[in-house]
Amino acid sequence: MSDPKIEGYEFKPGFKGMAQDTGSDQTMFKGVHWGKAMMWIFLLSHTFIFSCFLISYMKGRGSTLIDWPNTSEVFSLHVGSTPVPLLLIAIMTFVLITSSGTMALAVKYGYEKNRKMCGWLILATAIGGLTFVGMQAFEWSKLIHEGVRPWENPFGAKQFGSFFFMITGFHGTHVSIGVIFLFIYAYKTFKGHYDEGKRGWFTTMKGNYVEIEILGLYWHFVDLVWVFIFAFFYLW
Amino acid sequence: MSDEYENKTGYQAQSSETISSGGRGGGSGTVPDADHVRPAEIPEQDLYHGHSFITKWVFCQDAKVIGVQYFLLATFTGIIGLILSWLMRLQLGFPEAAGFMTAEHYYQFVTMHGMIMVVYFLTALFLGGFGNYLIPLMVGSRDMVFPYLNMVSFWSFFVAVVVLLASFFVPGGPTGAGWTLYPPQAILEGTPGSGMGILLMCISLILFVAGFTMGGLNYMITVLQARTRGMTLMRMPLTVWGIFTATILAMLAFPALLVGGLMMTLDNVLGTSFFMPTILKAGEVLEYGGGSPILFQHLFWFFGHPEVYIVALPAFGIVSDLISVHARKNIFGYRMMVWAIVGIGGLSFFVWAHHMYVSGMNPWFGFFFATTTLIIAIPTAMKVYNWILTLWRGNIRLNVVMLWCLGFIVTFVNGGITGLFLGNVTVDVPLSDTYFVIAHFHMVMGIAPLMVIMGAVYHWFPLVAGRFLDEKLGKWHFWLTFLGAYSIYFPMHYLGFIGVPRRYFEMYDSPYVTSAVGMNEFISVAAFIVGAAQLILIYNIIRTLKIGKPAGHNPWQANSLEWLTPSVPPEHGNWGEKLPVVHRWPYDFSVPGAKEDFITQTTPPSEVTETEVEKT
Ligand code: HEM
Ligand SMILES: [Cu+2]
Repeated sequence: MSDPKIEGYEFKPGFKGMAQDTGSDQTMFKGVHWGKAMMWIFLLSHTFIFSCFLISYMKGRGSTLIDWPNTSEVFSLHVGSTPVPLLLIAIMTFVLITSSGTMALAVKYGYEKNRKMCGWLILATAIGGLTFVGMQAFEWSKLIHEGVRPWENPFGAKQFGSFFFMITGFHGTHVSIGVIFLFIYAYKTFKGHYDEGKRGWFTTMKGNYVEIEILGLYWHFVDLVWVFIFAFFYLW
Repeated sequence: MSDEYENKTGYQAQSSETISSGGRGGGSGTVPDADHVRPAEIPEQDLYHGHSFITKWVFCQDAKVIGVQYFLLATFTGIIGLILSWLMRLQLGFPEAAGFMTAEHYYQFVTMHGMIMVVYFLTALFLGGFGNYLIPLMVGSRDMVFPYLNMVSFWSFFVAVVVLLASFFVPGGPTGAGWTLYPPQAILEGTPGSGMGILLMCISLILFVAGFTMGGLNYMITVLQARTRGMTLMRMPLTVWGIFTATILAMLAFPALLVGGLMMTLDNVLGTSFFMPTILKAGEVLEYGGGSPILFQHLFWFFGHPEVYIVALPAFGIVSDLISVHARKNIFGYRMMVWAIVGIGGLSFFVWAHHMYVSGMNPWFGFFFATTTLIIAIPTAMKVYNWILTLWRGNIRLNVVMLWCLGFIVTFVNGGITGLFLGNVTVDVPLSDTYFVIAHFHMVMGIAPLMVIMGAVYHWFPLVAGRFLDEKLGKWHFWLTFLGAYSIYFPMHYLGFIGVPRRYFEMYDSPYVTSAVGMNEFISVAAFIVGAAQLILIYNIIRTLKIGKPAGHNPWQANSLEWLTPSVPPEHGNWGEKLPVVHRWPYDFSVPGAKEDFITQTTPPSEVTETEVEKT
């Protein structure tokens, strides 16, 4: 990324540049849109939320009296009659990561003011997210069907069910919220709201393609968190 | 690159030099070179102006109105907290007169009092109230960067308060688990409000955190990305530094509370066992089992300790500004003050388990956390020295604002010193859960920040309402509160030493306690007087709104931007046509050679050519 052009301000490379930006007036992150800066800080705060969840999970798993269930069995899918561990989850992860890719492309086309491409790619991202949530619902119902509940678990420590449903539920909620926004943004893109700078329904602020990048940041974050959840629940 | 710029980045140490006009590159046209400030890089903010009563005063997007809304609602909950403390003191001092109170009531009142005072009163008031009102004005922006979000933030707080207060009216009443809400007892039968009470408390806290996050994002981005021309970070008033750092702490600490609250809600509602160990009750094993109560304590105090500084840092910042203005002297060691605020903020994330010395955690943890706790005393003491050095040889105006500031310093030092006691494991173990702890934290995070709030009210009221609060009433208010607060909390240290435990409804006939009966009565009377003395302020405010002395522009001869708006009180958009341009820090008081004893932040160097000013 190249530095933005700012009248009367000369950028410097490296640490010196950082110190200069920090010490300057008006803005600390030169040329960074307010909304984008906000999203970064929001995500920083969210990092702490998910860290608290995962650290609690580690602590909970480490101190239960009854053994933790064998995750590769619990999470396996039967193809024909052979259990394939991690099958569903591999597909879910693949879908979600792919949707990050389409999101990144949407951002690019947005800045190029290619309304059509941008809109379709956002829609593709939304559908990826929806697929993910659908598969998660499938996994939940499978586990529930086998008798796993937040408060009990036939395969071992009951905290397994508690943490699994809580953390994937919390993450799934975030994905779902993201999907809703993606659909709204796709609509707004197709309608040309970002081209015309049409004012938002609630905030009354002018539309701008940077909003897609901001939503993109959120979406990539949710994906990244999933990678951690995936590692902690399915690979440990 | 002009050398003007070099100086702003802080590469060069502060140097004292006589500024003369001319001789600098980069100037243009009519502006003298030395006055040159780089052009605006942020476009004008697009603001939504309310038209109707609803959009102007209720669902308003103007940070100043939102600040006042926060202030009023926080004060309202604070008064409820105060009334609860009265009821508790009535029970402790005069149990015969408090026949209507049961032990359950007492626990519920302790809990609600503690939570209300810490979260819904002080946090909301400092960050939501002062933050919203002052940040945009002090950094020279037109409003918070996301006015709509800001409005939603207040209304989430509103709903959080409603849910909190609703718990007084549900079956079982509010939770009586103590403000720390420790499981397992918080959600077990036998604790008052173990069903609906604790549920509503958790929901209310989650709403508060959500609302605060929206506000906090605003405060942070406004400070980072929306300052006016010439306003570098190191030219911001310390008030902004305090609120800004406290906001960062809140953004990183509240997540732990959110997660803890959520998990406890699930334990409560769904019957999960995150925090619930195997429990025997009346010979029967409960459904719960395998969870870790200590985990909740860690989550709670990972939030809880930074929370103390969320309240303290804005107070530190505000008091620095008040002292500087009313001692007519620059704040001693501005940069040191900034770094101390930031350092305390950072360190506050590494001390939380000093609240858990008696929880049964690994003793090495106690060693580690005692060390970090004592290290925090260093930046804190630096700040105290700097306040005193600011006062030293100042041209002190001993008005009500200054009285509150002095009261704060004394009280804070007192509470800080008892903090050193409690920070050491071996000293804490016998003192923990006694009135010594109550005395300590009321001094350091109850009364001390409250004094700053009072000082700030007297200081900024002329800006918000355009009139001076009455000094005479103010002095009554100060002395009654100050002496009264000491009468309440000073004896409590002694009570703690003789072993009176906290959170006890009644002392029964324990011999050490009978010796303390007289003292308890004295404390209670003092508490009633202090509470009642706050009515003086309310009366003063109402009276002033009607017949107070008009303040006009910049009545305290201050330098910071909030006093330099074209209209007083400032209007929506703050600055009229043109944003202010900043040329210096806000502490140029009593500068040798200057015509007056203050040089506002917007005064360009060419207007004060004869002076010796520190370059900031
Ligand atoms: C005149 C003002 C006040 C009086 C008379 C007062 C009185 C009390 C009393 C009697 C208790 C219960 C002691 C016990 O039985 O353990 C208490 C607890 C507490 N107070 Fe205050 N208080 C006042 C102001 C404040 C303020 C401004 C704060 C804000 C930090 C505060 C925070 C707390 C906390 C956190 C607790 C502990 C609650 C618990 O144990 O769960 N109080 N106060
Ligand atoms: Cu602490």
